[in-house]
Amino acid sequence: MTDHGRQMPGMLVGLIAVARRDLLLAWKRPGDVLNPLFFFAMVCTLFPLAVGPSAEQLTFSGPGVLWVAALLAMLISLNSLFISDFDDGSLEQLLVSPQPLPLVGLGKTAAHWLTSGLPLVLVSPIVAITYRMPGDVVIVLMLTLTLGTISLSLLGSIGAALTVGLHRGTALLSLLILPLSMPVLIIGANTVSLAAGNETYSAGIWALSAYAVGTLSLAPYATAAALRISNE
Amino acid sequence: MAQLSAKGLTLFRGDRCLFRNVSFAVTSGELLILEGSNGSGKTSLMKALVGMLDLESGVVSWNGKPVSEQRQVFHGALVWTAHRVGLKADLTPVENLRYEAALRPQGNDGLDKVFERLEISRLKPLPLRSLSAGQQRRVALARMLLADVPLWLMDEPFTNLDREGRALVMELVKEHLDKGGLCVMAAHQDVEIDAPVTKVVLQ
Amino acid sequence: MWKWFHQLASPPHFYRIAPIFSMLLLLPGLALIAYGVYAGLFLAPMDYQQGDAFRIIYIHVPSAYLSMMSYMIMAVAGGIGLIWRMKLAHAVAASAAPLGAWFTFLALATGSIWGRPMWGTWWEWADPRMMSELILLFFYFGYMALRGAIDDTAKADKASAVLALVGVVNVIIVHYSVEWWSSLHQGQTIMAKDGPAMDPGMLYPLLANIFGFTLLFGSLLLRRTRTEVLFRERRTRWVKEMILAPEGQS
Repeated sequence: MTDHGRQMPGMLVGLIAVARRDLLLAWKRPGDVLNPLFFFAMVCTLFPLAVGPSAEQLTFSGPGVLWVAALLAMLISLNSLFISDFDDGSLEQLLVSPQPLPLVGLGKTAAHWLTSGLPLVLVSPIVAITYRMPGDVVIVLMLTLTLGTISLSLLGSIGAALTVGLHRGTALLSLLILPLSMPVLIIGANTVSLAAGNETYSAGIWALSAYAVGTLSLAPYATAAALRISNE
Repeated sequence: MAQLSAKGLTLFRGDRCLFRNVSFAVTSGELLILEGSNGSGKTSLMKALVGMLDLESGVVSWNGKPVSEQRQVFHGALVWTAHRVGLKADLTPVENLRYEAALRPQGNDGLDKVFERLEISRLKPLPLRSLSAGQQRRVALARMLLADVPLWLMDEPFTNLDREGRALVMELVKEHLDKGGLCVMAAHQDVEIDAPVTKVVLQ
Repeated sequence: MWKWFHQLASPPHFYRIAPIFSMLLLLPGLALIAYGVYAGLFLAPMDYQQGDAFRIIYIHVPSAYLSMMSYMIMAVAGGIGLIWRMKLAHAVAASAAPLGAWFTFLALATGSIWGRPMWGTWWEWADPRMMSELILLFFYFGYMALRGAIDDTAKADKASAVLALVGVVNVIIVHYSVEWWSSLHQGQTIMAKDGPAMDPGMLYPLLANIFGFTLLFGSLLLRRTRTEVLFRERRTRWVKEMILAPEGQS
């Protein structure tokens, strides 16, 4: 055995390997990426249909509707974060790997954000314009969505890890994640509203950034603990 | 000389006691066979060895030190073939194994050689889902060859394999033992091999 | 000192001493509540602004306070159980959840009753404290739903402990973000706590009720935990011996 003088691999090796694999998987199944986006667009269509398409209603409710739709779309995509790995046994292999589990989980979450959060951010201007959102407000929307979806991916990974393998885990996942995501929703949507009303909105941006950084440092540990517990 | 030892392992699942006071030791070149009927706790014992399940009592030691003090090192020294194949059905064998190799960059580099050894070279470009169960298991075995680590843990490795497949597995294990590796295998069939064998029977 | 702690953690020991402490908490608790309710309803002077409607705070404030304290207990007990692997701690967390949820519901109901004369409606979205309570109720539901969805008790304990710990941090953040949101939308907070400026005649019954309810909560928690422990340990030897012991013992 040639393990004398062999170095342990760097810490990020696992993160990168898992992230690349997940991105490759998403590439092979573009539907998984597109479905939440269609869902997002459809939910945004529901509101004018249900409540009325008057211009003032649209501009007034735009930030909120877009944010809620983004949150729900993220929720849908979070369902499948760990399920396929749990079912085919690759999750157990990761638990037994020398790579630190928090970083591995972070790698999966990063790949998940790149295939769900980021596309949402990129698609949001199109929908925002239909809500008569002016350009500078759209920028704020994209900024809050970027920061917010990062937090949502991270928080969602905790919920997904806790509910993976459970019967009816889907509904339970929503029940767990929605209360956790309320601060992000509140701050994100209302910051965009403030921007739309030409008021100062920087406080919200700072808060969202702090929240994103906070969840980035803490969520991976909770996710790793939850993954171990779920695999017992 | 590597050594895996276990002393007084006891495991409960809920209120049920799966096994009590199990002890054994395996060193380089030896094969340990866990025998027992279905549901006797073989898989649970393996999971407890790797740390996936919490033991009620008992100590697992690797090279003299308890595993709980050196988790990362221990995990770096083992590779586990589980019940489930642990590969992505959407990816081809090559893509799957490239990922496995990326997880252990210090392991064996010869992907092509591994494919040849397992006689699955012609399956390289096909997505895993279109392979038969036996072929998928052969791809899973590649993980062990790529990892190049001393301890092999194999949970019912003969599942879905035909006679040639089973013979291939025993060949690989023999080669591994000859190189100084150790192997813990859970099996409910008889295993023949030309190497020192210890048996632990679970009721 | 540690010996006492270790003894406490042993389920049979806890089972024996819990009823004693439960009674020790219950009697003063009920006494305080009796005083608090009587004084609050009949003796305290009328509020110059809200008339008699404010009197519901004698139930509302203790409920709200306990709903939050219960969540903290749930999270801390879960954490202790997770880190030190104390089975009793998990039993405490499991027992605290429904109690806390009920107190949260009570806080919401009494808050709604209080708000009706002032808001003109049964629910005012913009009130930050009520919104925080509502979201807290969702946290409780999530916790209990997760527990219910996992069959294996030990696994359910650990998973819900992780959830509770994650929730604890978020509950605080929710509170502040809801306050900020409410300030944006000019929420009508009629529940301004009068604090030390409160008339002593109003304050003392309130304090009595807060303490009384807390003692009552402690007593209920001990009783629930005792039952929970009995259920969890139902297959062990000490429970079997206890059940089979002749009448007159324990």
